[in-house]
Amino acid sequence: MSHHECTCPKDFAAEARDIVGACGGGREQAIPVLQEIQKRYGFLPKELMREICKIADFSEAQLYGVATFYSQFRFKPRGKFALKVCVGTACHVAGAGAVVDALCDELKAKVGDTTGDGRFSIETVACLGCCSLAPVMMIGEDTVGYLDPLQIKKTLTKASEKQNA
Amino acid sequence: MHKVIVGLGSCGIAAGARAVYETFKAQIAGGELAEKVKLEITSCVGMCYCEPLVEVVDNDGRRTLYGRIDEKKAARIYEEHVVRGRPAADLVVDPSAAGSDAHAFLSRQKKIVLRNCGVIDPESLDAYIAVGGYEALRKAVAMDRKAVIETVKRSGVRGRGGAGFSTGLKWQFAFDAPGEKKYVVCNADEGDPGAFMDRSTLEGDPHSVLEGMIICAYAVGAQKGYIYCRAEYPLAVHRLKIAIRQASARGFLGKNILGAGFDLALVVKEGAGAFVCGEETALMASIEGHRGMPRKRPPFPAQSGLFGCPTNINNVETYANIPWVITNGADKFAAIGTEKSKGSKVFALAGKIKRGGLVEVPMGITIGEIVEEIGGGSNTGRPLKAVQLGGPSGGCIPASMFDTKVDYDEVTRTGAIMGSGGMLVMDETTCMVDVARFFLQFTQTESCGKCTFCRIGTMRMLEILNRITEGRGAMADLDALESLSSDIIKGSLCGLGQTAPNPVLTTLKYFRDEYVEHIGQKKCRAGVCKALIKYRIKDNCNGCTACVKVCPTNAITGQRKQQHSITQDKCVKCGRCYLKCNFDAIVVE
Repeated sequence: MSHHECTCPKDFAAEARDIVGACGGGREQAIPVLQEIQKRYGFLPKELMREICKIADFSEAQLYGVATFYSQFRFKPRGKFALKVCVGTACHVAGAGAVVDALCDELKAKVGDTTGDGRFSIETVACLGCCSLAPVMMIGEDTVGYLDPLQIKKTLTKASEKQNA
Repeated sequence: MHKVIVGLGSCGIAAGARAVYETFKAQIAGGELAEKVKLEITSCVGMCYCEPLVEVVDNDGRRTLYGRIDEKKAARIYEEHVVRGRPAADLVVDPSAAGSDAHAFLSRQKKIVLRNCGVIDPESLDAYIAVGGYEALRKAVAMDRKAVIETVKRSGVRGRGGAGFSTGLKWQFAFDAPGEKKYVVCNADEGDPGAFMDRSTLEGDPHSVLEGMIICAYAVGAQKGYIYCRAEYPLAVHRLKIAIRQASARGFLGKNILGAGFDLALVVKEGAGAFVCGEETALMASIEGHRGMPRKRPPFPAQSGLFGCPTNINNVETYANIPWVITNGADKFAAIGTEKSKGSKVFALAGKIKRGGLVEVPMGITIGEIVEEIGGGSNTGRPLKAVQLGGPSGGCIPASMFDTKVDYDEVTRTGAIMGSGGMLVMDETTCMVDVARFFLQFTQTESCGKCTFCRIGTMRMLEILNRITEGRGAMADLDALESLSSDIIKGSLCGLGQTAPNPVLTTLKYFRDEYVEHIGQKKCRAGVCKALIKYRIKDNCNGCTACVKVCPTNAITGQRKQQHSITQDKCVKCGRCYLKCNFDAIVVE
């Protein structure tokens, strides 16, 4: 699998058994199951969800219903670096809007999109809880504060270099 | 033995504390004092404004706190203080020195919930026990179950999630409810933007929350418990899981706890990003594996909650109060605060303020005291306009009412709510119509869609607010906002819909003139609403061309070393020229 770009499993049925084995397949495990899929693939492959429903206690409609309700779940793969721009109250007041605009301009992508080269995806989140560093965003696992719309390019370069290292 | 303690809460880490920790680690391991210096971690002490924080404890127990530390400064502290024993005076933050920033920030606070945050290592059970941890549980299980509930009732502690219902009474209902199988649930789905009280508590002192839950389970007779934690808080989830493992290994959780003949198993459930799951019935639906939609009450969770069983559900901060109440007694707790609001309240102080962070204050303190004395007032030099309390469910309290006391009932009278504890300070550069629009956009997106008034009503309100901020509003819109608000409040099942109009109603009440200006004069005095503002280059422009380079639409033209101008049709009002100009030659009008 490693030489393929796509991270989807070859054998969906085996993967489904593995996930249900790890999380359980009871009705109340719907969210943990989805979280496990997303942890493994970064998004929810439909084929895999179907296979899971064959062996777990929830129907396709129920699982899809849960997956679409919660904002954590995605049906499209994410970029290598997920950019989560905080648009919580403190960040909004500190100019998060200008940060989002600058990011979209720089990457030539919209919120919710992944760049053509698959490197970056742009998302907005409600609050990262680092209000005194506003405006803030997460680049992968790193939180970066005091963002300056004029320095976006530099911020991205620095963070991606650091995480590549 | 020297000790170096690095604050590793989420905000500290965001400010660079990990790199500081790594620096000390390398210095200590590579130096001659490797055997004599201990490197420890703690969490957030609340002083976000001077993160990352480092504390050095000398051999004689003397503690020195350093603020705003980076890798370079960390190396200096190691060399000067740890190796040579001379504190780096210019980096010291001294809370005991009257007149200092840190003293002003901390001296008015009353730490009950945050008593151990930033003091102990949150990943060590021994550290918790060393400060009296789990003594309250020992005391509680020696008491009659009814007596525990009586103590909580008499203390006057009320729900810290925002609604302010009597915690003791809630426990009593769950106790009284018939049924063998009962649950305790901790609501850690802190979804309000601008609020991080619960996250800090869970990251800084997870055992205090567990202890509160265990005491509650003993009192109401529950055998299983869930902590429903926001998935955006990975560090809190991580530390909670460590704490549960540790507590189970020592017999504070599991079978026959402390030999008192009761069992409790606790499980952490991660949320999946839905604001409405902060509502108790939606939260329980989510634990059961459903879409997180609220249901009608009654029956209340105390009668029929999780999986149809009697359930007691409290917020993180409420549970963290309980061990203190049991240890120190109801009277001592009830002695703090006002007639009907007892104890303390934690606020996340942020916005246009000098000292932002996490503060825990006694009930009864005024908002002005928090903002001016603890927070140090405006950080921009411009006068403050308002504070926003309670996030999307709350409201804006104008500066003229800063003498309002922190008290459930007094805050409610202003039209805001105490809420979970977000406190955002705003100055003249914040547009109140835009703030109202911001919150409506949030609640509109987060509405689960079950109730028509909430689903469609918030959409209509948002459309009106968008219109007003884009300069297309009409005076009749203001009446429409008010009548929609009252319909949504009446026609919604849960707290999300019932409080969604609050940000609009309070800004209409206290800042109506701003709405009128937006509609009548097409003017945004704060310079925020893009459609109503214009950037202009003044005659003190020296033609440095810095602004030309950052303009994304080539709207700025002019000869080098001569005054430039902006072609208004091309300008998208991104404001980058305004940020870039070093000569204050660009103005917003």
